[in-house]
Amino acid sequence: MLSRTADSLFWFSRYVERADYLARVLEATIRLSSLPIRREDAENEWASALATAGCRADFDALYDWVSPAKVTRFLAFSKRNPTSIRNCLRIARRNARQVRTALTAEMWDTINTAWLELNKLDFDNMDASAMARFLEWVKEISLRVDGSGYRTMLRNDAYWFARLGIFVERADNTARILDVKYHVLLPEHVVVGGGLDYSQWAAILRAVSALTAYHHVYHESLKPMRIADLMLLNPKMPRSVASCYGAICANLDSLAEAYGRQGEAQRMARSMHNKLENARIEQIFETGLHEFCETVIAENVRLGAAISEQYLV
Amino acid sequence: MSLDEMNAEDGSVREPYARVAQWLATVSPEQLERRRVEAELFYRRGGITFAVYGDAQGEERIIPYDIIPRILSTQEWSKLAAGLEQRVKALNAYLRDIYGPQDILKAGIVPPDLVWRNPAFRPEMCGVEAPHGIYVHIGGIDIVRVDEEEFYVLEDNARTPSGVSYMLGGREISIRLMPELFRSHRVAPIENYPNELLATLRSVAPRGTMSEPTIALLTPGIHNSAFYEHSFLADGMGVELVEGVDLFVRDDVVYMRTTEGPKRVDVIYRRIDDDFIDPLVFRPDSALGVPGLYGAYVAGNVTVANAMGTGAADDKVIYSYVPDFVRFYLGEKPILKNVQTWRCRDPEDLRYVLDHLAELVVKEVHGSGGYGMLVGPHATKDQRADFAERLKVHPENYIAQPTLALSTCPTFVSNGVAPRHVDLRPFVLTGADGVRIVPGGLTRVALRDGSLVVNSSQGGGTKDTWVIEC
Repeated sequence: MLSRTADSLFWFSRYVERADYLARVLEATIRLSSLPIRREDAENEWASALATAGCRADFDALYDWVSPAKVTRFLAFSKRNPTSIRNCLRIARRNARQVRTALTAEMWDTINTAWLELNKLDFDNMDASAMARFLEWVKEISLRVDGSGYRTMLRNDAYWFARLGIFVERADNTARILDVKYHVLLPEHVVVGGGLDYSQWAAILRAVSALTAYHHVYHESLKPMRIADLMLLNPKMPRSVASCYGAICANLDSLAEAYGRQGEAQRMARSMHNKLENARIEQIFETGLHEFCETVIAENVRLGAAISEQYLV
Repeated sequence: MSLDEMNAEDGSVREPYARVAQWLATVSPEQLERRRVEAELFYRRGGITFAVYGDAQGEERIIPYDIIPRILSTQEWSKLAAGLEQRVKALNAYLRDIYGPQDILKAGIVPPDLVWRNPAFRPEMCGVEAPHGIYVHIGGIDIVRVDEEEFYVLEDNARTPSGVSYMLGGREISIRLMPELFRSHRVAPIENYPNELLATLRSVAPRGTMSEPTIALLTPGIHNSAFYEHSFLADGMGVELVEGVDLFVRDDVVYMRTTEGPKRVDVIYRRIDDDFIDPLVFRPDSALGVPGLYGAYVAGNVTVANAMGTGAADDKVIYSYVPDFVRFYLGEKPILKNVQTWRCRDPEDLRYVLDHLAELVVKEVHGSGGYGMLVGPHATKDQRADFAERLKVHPENYIAQPTLALSTCPTFVSNGVAPRHVDLRPFVLTGADGVRIVPGGLTRVALRDGSLVVNSSQGGGTKDTWVIEC
């Protein structure tokens, strides 16, 4: 398979996954801002939405201060934000068009139809309920892309590269949201009471669609350490970093087997997976949740570079 | 009066159209409109689009598709097919000759300056033997009808003819929208085109290619107007769709960059113009091509289809000599007719053209896409005077032809079904093992009333073309 084709498949998946993640972050933030919290705290929520999306600097270059409307607009459909949901879908579709021959008709149809629908939206006149529908729609698109890929693609290198893109992006997203929000999970966090703590914790879980999963796994009320455990180490939770690394290893192994060659990417992914499998959340809290998340994010970036070096150029 | 392909002058319906005419009498304009909208949706969703250069608005446009099929009988088709095969053989023989012994110049049939001064002639190809002696592997021959008996060639396309994806897409959509018509006709299938193309490309792999030849389709990329077609054909053949950056040349061998390392390429179906294909030999500023490709070709390590330099056989002056090629190289009588052509480089012809501008169509010798031409009867007096001046300054740049009364086919337009002018582009494949033509071709239709310009860049549409047993 052409390196450029593999590259486009990888990034096609990454951008669809990122659009999905941004939609979740926005939904969670909109929900939080509907709670009776102090104004500064509300502003903090919107600022941290920007931080979890990794585009605070781009935002600051355009605006002087943070407001809910500006952040929503910026993350959802600003043309000037290179990774707004709208731009993510545009770039995903461009990558898909570049490698149409490597996608199944169903996958192409999904992303192309999404792009056509996106162009029909009236972004300038979008009220709260239209925004909610839009975010819902974005999540549906990623489900459809994911499902059509799963159901229709041949299990060969094209499939593995597309899957790799999803999981590398997802691992990054989960680690990032935890890294931005870690302070509300720490013991020194000031308990504000009145159910607000619960709401803040729940918002984190919602952003990775794991609130229900939490209850199924732990059968108890939300506890910060358990939340971090679920998101980082639990192999059953499909958005946990551990689970993403399990999938990354499996797809890299399939490639190595098909090509008859292991490389740096396989070694790095395995080492990270081992680390996550052997870690205990109590220990992570002792040595520092923030530091741990930083390491995961940095390692994940290095893995992306190794995959690119090994296969995509 | 131009030929109406469905309705004869005596009011009867011509035989190939008998059942379509009955069908047209039973469907309402609303039903037709609904199917037209459905067809548009099919194209849009499939991303079956083309781009018009210099048009910022329409980065991706769809070609209007008319759902009423254009029909040829098998008898008409077999005559046409024989003529197409003969024509493309003659074009290949001509190219083999001018890049080789140049017998036709020695015989005094073609004036040498028409070869040497032709910008599409590539001196780099002289003395380079094309693999299996084939230059034009994929030829698009534009055909028009003016009466029931004869097919006329309007233009030969020997470079990188496009449009075949619309031929195939049009068939898919008409099968979907009008199954009842397919049940009542025996329409010759065309869906095997990618398969035939693959067989053709495999047959021309360099001699000595070990095992399975590796074939790639070279595209300028997603911004090219025909990118959809490139990806469609690569997909249909199961070959890699490559851009220049995916290929490199080492020791006169072409490789593509893959996830498993370099892989040797034996045959390149290129959809990039000569000018851009190898910056070391042709335009040095081209970022689309592959440095060293020409060297690999000369070394006999890769087949390029179509070969470089085929443009020397398809400009509008050379066109006027093609019947001579048929006689000279094949010793046969041309089956397809040429449209009468005045070469303005010839003083006598120029005088005639200037005297009859109001009746003639004047075309640039190296123009294409319907640009830079004068349609005498439709031009104003000023436009004609203006054009006459240009003609006098550079007569060698122009040819003239009579304004043909192109045949018409029933077409669905805003106020119902009306006749519109059509042409036909069949695709002729030439491999080491013979010529292949799928029955039919791309029918282009001028959607504006009275218009003779069918080019998609100028508002033309397409129709499905049926070859049926009557």
